[in-house]
Amino acid sequence: MDLTLRVWRQKSPRDRGRFITYKARDVSPDMSFLEMLDQVNEELILKGEDPIAFDHDCREGICGMCGLMINGVAHGPEQTTTCQLHMRSFKHVDTIVIEPWRSKAFPLIKDLVVDRSSFDRIIQAGGYISVSTGGVPDANAILVPKANADMAMDAAACIGCGACVAACPNGSAMLFTAAKLGHLNLLPQGQPERYDRTIHMVQQMDKEGFGGCTNIGECSAVCPKEISLDFIARMNSDLIKASFVTGNESTSSGDG
Amino acid sequence: MATETRPKTDIRPITEYANANLESRVPSGPIEQRWDKHRFDMKLVNPANKRKYTIIVVGTGLAGGSAAATLAELGYNVLAFCYQDSPRRAHSIAAQGGINAAKNYQNDGDSIFRLFYDTVKGGDFRSRESNVYRLAQVSVNIIDQCVAQGVPFAREYGGLLANRSFGGAQVSRTFYARGQTGQQLLLGAYQALERQIAAGKVKMFPRTEMLDLIVINGRARGIVTRNMVTGKVESHVADAVVLGTGGYGNVFYLSTNAKGCNATAIWRAYRRGAFFGNPCFTQIHPTCIPVSGDHQSKLTLMSESLRNDGRIWVPRTPGDPRPPSDIPENERDYYLEERYPSFGNLVPRDVASRAAKQVCDQGRGVGPGGLGVYLDFSDAIKRLGEKVIRERYGNLFDMYERITAENPYKVPMRIYPAIHYTMGGLWVDYNLMSTIPGLFVIGEANFSDHGANRLGASALMQGLADGYFILPYTIGDYLAQTRLDKVGTDHPVCREVEAEVTERIKRLLSIDGKRTVDSFHKELGKIMWDNCGMSRNAEGLTQALQRIPEIRAEFWENVRVLGENEDFNQSLEKAGRVADFMELAELMCIDALHRSESCGGHFREESQTPEGEALRDDEKFSYVAAWQFSGVGNKPILNKEPLEFEYVHPSQRSYK
Repeated sequence: MDLTLRVWRQKSPRDRGRFITYKARDVSPDMSFLEMLDQVNEELILKGEDPIAFDHDCREGICGMCGLMINGVAHGPEQTTTCQLHMRSFKHVDTIVIEPWRSKAFPLIKDLVVDRSSFDRIIQAGGYISVSTGGVPDANAILVPKANADMAMDAAACIGCGACVAACPNGSAMLFTAAKLGHLNLLPQGQPERYDRTIHMVQQMDKEGFGGCTNIGECSAVCPKEISLDFIARMNSDLIKASFVTGNESTSSGDG
Repeated sequence: MATETRPKTDIRPITEYANANLESRVPSGPIEQRWDKHRFDMKLVNPANKRKYTIIVVGTGLAGGSAAATLAELGYNVLAFCYQDSPRRAHSIAAQGGINAAKNYQNDGDSIFRLFYDTVKGGDFRSRESNVYRLAQVSVNIIDQCVAQGVPFAREYGGLLANRSFGGAQVSRTFYARGQTGQQLLLGAYQALERQIAAGKVKMFPRTEMLDLIVINGRARGIVTRNMVTGKVESHVADAVVLGTGGYGNVFYLSTNAKGCNATAIWRAYRRGAFFGNPCFTQIHPTCIPVSGDHQSKLTLMSESLRNDGRIWVPRTPGDPRPPSDIPENERDYYLEERYPSFGNLVPRDVASRAAKQVCDQGRGVGPGGLGVYLDFSDAIKRLGEKVIRERYGNLFDMYERITAENPYKVPMRIYPAIHYTMGGLWVDYNLMSTIPGLFVIGEANFSDHGANRLGASALMQGLADGYFILPYTIGDYLAQTRLDKVGTDHPVCREVEAEVTERIKRLLSIDGKRTVDSFHKELGKIMWDNCGMSRNAEGLTQALQRIPEIRAEFWENVRVLGENEDFNQSLEKAGRVADFMELAELMCIDALHRSESCGGHFREESQTPEGEALRDDEKFSYVAAWQFSGVGNKPILNKEPLEFEYVHPSQRSYK
């Protein structure tokens, strides 16, 4: 099939960006979306034009590196990662608009590539259990109820792609933050730091410039790992409890 | 190659290196006491002195990430580098099945010795016994560590950890987190790493690629990197350098590796004097989704647990055009079940892969291009019901359907083998140190523990063993014993290497030829897959060795890399990596040609049993081939580390 692409091109954060139209010809329905872009780029290089920059790595839906706004939807029409979206989801002569993630907390690097290091800094604020290597108990000395382990795994499945932020009208990172909190706070190993962790991660999220949550649910609707909104509710509940347990007033504006 | 750049500092006299005679430094005594004894014999760095040392760690997967975090916890200053935008994305994340550990939680007769035995045998007697025993020993600590970090492993209803048997193992020793074990283990290591970044003990350099190694007075003292956003080329110096940069499967262009996985770090170290061990030992995974067309950019693996219930077959008649449902039972060839009645569809990876290639070579393959075999669940669905199959494999079936648009509950899956893992890598001694003092290599990047074939669920184990529990001790021993002069990034060697790196980048940008980087990479990959893939012979390898230098020469004359260095330039990144693959490919073929026996994943057609199985030649080849660089286009020098088997006696593997 033949397609028309309208792609956001921006040489650097300092330059003005704009949409450029490209033709994608002889696209096979079996191609992944990124393979279609590969093909366009090969043609651009042969024509002497700068290829379109986009992030990608594992191309099997787990590393979280790829992520494009496709016709205004984070990761496009199927609820999966961009690399797992296939061209059979489009029709001959379709026009596809391709943009980078747009959020104040994800500054643009080039074309469709953004800087998501704010996510790493949220993890640095407390997204871990403070154990150093060695000196830990036998693995089976810690019992975890199966239901909790399963729910923690549901949350831990987050791949940190940032689609939740890109889809949110407020640019909120609540789903990302809540997923890590849900994972760690559900486990017995995570209890000693539970409330400090919650406060610090939420504070960092606010500091990075992510918006607040107004319960729209776009984040969960585009999440390739189908992380549930329930984790945001759990996070808010822990945040309220935290202000009693730790005696610290939460400074968050992010709770919804 | 007159057209290739040959850096001046490439070749150093061998006398500069302390371990040129390949001393494995394996401790003596009973195997079960060697690691303990060695830990006692090693010198320690005083806690107050650790903060005076800086260690560079390249790569943040299971090996690099866990090493960087643990070294920082011990008090060292760590500089960590990855090419991805975050250390959380390293390709360890894609491992599905699980991680082995000799916990014997299931009371089914597992032990450290049994895991050791299985790994040595599975590696077809081409690994070092002492290393493998240590790996089995620390496997139990890994699970404890990961649970304490909050890795959400699968649990039983009583709250204890669940296990499964994996890859044909006769005991249930595999721990898993759904089909995302690699992801969860990596996030554990990543979170430990982020904690140390927050504590100021690790300085993290994401989107930064190592392009060369700095060797001063015969010791690894730093690296030269390129910032992938700004293009800045600069040196970083330290007291030791650790490479945890993964395998080199992307030499084949199509593999299950991530697109960015590359061999540049280990290849540049090889060019500076680190020996490369067993480069031809590559693993091919039998259950991947077949290629759908020329546009294919990577291959996706389906967990081999599918072989527990799926039956593998092809039509008996070559070129049978009928859809699978129209082919009657007696016209189907369940070739694994027929050939290997006792293991059937569960034969090891290398055996299953070769058998698939054979039937496809006979023209009996299915799907586009005839490169596929059926993996059929209809009997299992009849026997167990669709619900049970959905519970066991639902996510895999969904993934398959997403990629192929075929419903595997209704029509058989099509699968084909793909390059998955490389057992070869930089040669290291028992301390995980390469032949360059101060250069340590961990995880898939080294050659050490898997011999000629890796068992399922053992890659995660090795990466974390090296990073959490082995390297942090052995690197201390090196630092405590070594007097290191202070060096700064203004050292003349740093300047020299930076200049070489910059020169090479300029060269790539100035060729302005007619072909894209990918077109060269695809061409190289096809040559490697055809001649140095699932089965190899002298004729094919000789042809490849003729062809590779020709493509390499054309690459340096005719590649087109647009743009400039001072920019986010993905074509430039790829060009540098492919240039290194072109050299590595040649070494792999040289190694494969010299090893005229078959062993594990290395199948030489000239060396097979009358039944067509791999035939080892222990008399001639019971050694590690450690290759030494002698200039591009020159024949590398072969060094041999003899392998001795005191505990597991070499036998012919049989799965009949």
